[in-house]
Amino acid sequence: MIAEQHAIRVQFPILARKIRGQSLHYLDNAATTFSPQVVIDAIVEFECSYRANVHRGLHSLATEVTEAYCNARLRAARFLNAAGPEEIVFTSGTTHAMNMLANALGQTLGRSDEVLVSLTEHHSAFLPWQQICQRTGAALRTIPVDAAGCLDFSDLDELITERTRIIVLTHASNVTGEITDFSDIASLARSQNALLIVDGAQMAAQGPVDIGKLGADFYAFSGHKCYGPTGVGVLWGRGDSLARLTPFAVGGGMVESVTLERAQFLHSHLKLEAGTPPIGQAIGLGLALEWLMEQDLETKARRDKHLIDTVIGRLRERPGVQILGPAPGQNRLPLCSFAISHCHPHDISQLLDERGVAVRAGHHCAQPLMKQLGLSATTRASLAIFNDQTDADALLDGLDYAIGELS
Amino acid sequence: MNSTLYAAEIKALARRRFSSDCLTDPDHTITVDNPLCGDCISMDLHIQDQHIHALAHRVRGCILCQASAAIIHTAIAGTPVSELQFIHNCMLAVLNSESSCTPPSGWEKLHLFTPVANYKSRHECVLLPFRALLTASN
Repeated sequence: MIAEQHAIRVQFPILARKIRGQSLHYLDNAATTFSPQVVIDAIVEFECSYRANVHRGLHSLATEVTEAYCNARLRAARFLNAAGPEEIVFTSGTTHAMNMLANALGQTLGRSDEVLVSLTEHHSAFLPWQQICQRTGAALRTIPVDAAGCLDFSDLDELITERTRIIVLTHASNVTGEITDFSDIASLARSQNALLIVDGAQMAAQGPVDIGKLGADFYAFSGHKCYGPTGVGVLWGRGDSLARLTPFAVGGGMVESVTLERAQFLHSHLKLEAGTPPIGQAIGLGLALEWLMEQDLETKARRDKHLIDTVIGRLRERPGVQILGPAPGQNRLPLCSFAISHCHPHDISQLLDERGVAVRAGHHCAQPLMKQLGLSATTRASLAIFNDQTDADALLDGLDYAIGELS
Repeated sequence: MNSTLYAAEIKALARRRFSSDCLTDPDHTITVDNPLCGDCISMDLHIQDQHIHALAHRVRGCILCQASAAIIHTAIAGTPVSELQFIHNCMLAVLNSESSCTPPSGWEKLHLFTPVANYKSRHECVLLPFRALLTASN
């Protein structure tokens, strides 16, 4: 097990970094994780060997880069078990994807319509719909949470009605780590002809997603949380639904014809990729997704569970600690958000950094959830495939140190 | 380095409790947030003859934010409103490691935040109470 984990860790050159002279224990993976060498190499190769624009050129570099870009789309489609590459659009990330959807689908909303979001949504999934509802007069309704911040589906029958046009829900919460069970909500959405949009930003980092089983109509995730580059993400749409969306941005590469008076856009998903796309990043993301699919994800899941259960168990032994998310034993992401009485998360994070431990402190871009829970901020530790027992131990030892310093 | 960031005097200031955290019939009340972390401070002011007569504050924030608010609370009585911008600038100068401002008499404790200069991401924690003070007095 140790040798296997070592073989994974050596693929991440950034883990050799020292922070204030100490080994790096990176536990902020839910915000951004690292790329393995194979992804870094792919980006360097793009920059050094065949950097050019896609789709348009006839020269050798243009041909090579277009093939690599198309392969990246195929890899993303395989990762999601999508029907084909025409169901995939590259975005700049989940925020971009959600804004794209809100602007396109929002055009059909009116005062009698409702959009349903959950209180656990990241601002990137919440704000586009809040704003589009304000603009269109549609009502924004919310799925509530319990005292631990977990989704409360008890009134789902009343929340999803014939007025519900769009449901936006995270696949897994970046704050609580709760993994959403879509079985009921997907069938209720179908029964009311509501579109189900899923924010997969956190879940995609855990491995491939079988999009067909989820029952979603649209699914979005970001590259930087699943071992790929920053500035790139994926939007999946069922069947030809992407091709039917009104473009959020217009420009080069997405038109059939343009006159002084009018433009005819492409009748395909490519009309949503106006301008030069993030080519090198998309190629890197494709490699990252393929790399992730090649890993022993069952072992990863067992290791993640052991580590996060250890952290949560040890935290629960401390007085004054409030842990958000599912109860012990229940399925969750390998992350833990917690609040410690009389110790502000910023101070904890600062003191942990002194020990080389990187965590996130703040509201995690989920202020409606924080307000509901009566918290202004929490500390969050989130694991990735390269984390091991030394990281968990460094976190717990560091917390002892921080609490001692702050008390 | 962080042991200096969380020096005993800073921690003592952060823990300090004042006789009242709100004023009766304040002339000005303001609440400001740090959008990065959700920290929040509310401040009440009594102003007489263009001088700060009394101040009370309620803060939900980190040690640096609490200590900063406590320094203001301790030093503010009798300060001319016209001097508040200069005091804010002095605080900013300390955080930017500049020697351009010498704090007025009574505000020497601003220098306790000298070690924060190395932590750009924490500057706003210290500045939030000063922003509240400026906004309230304006």
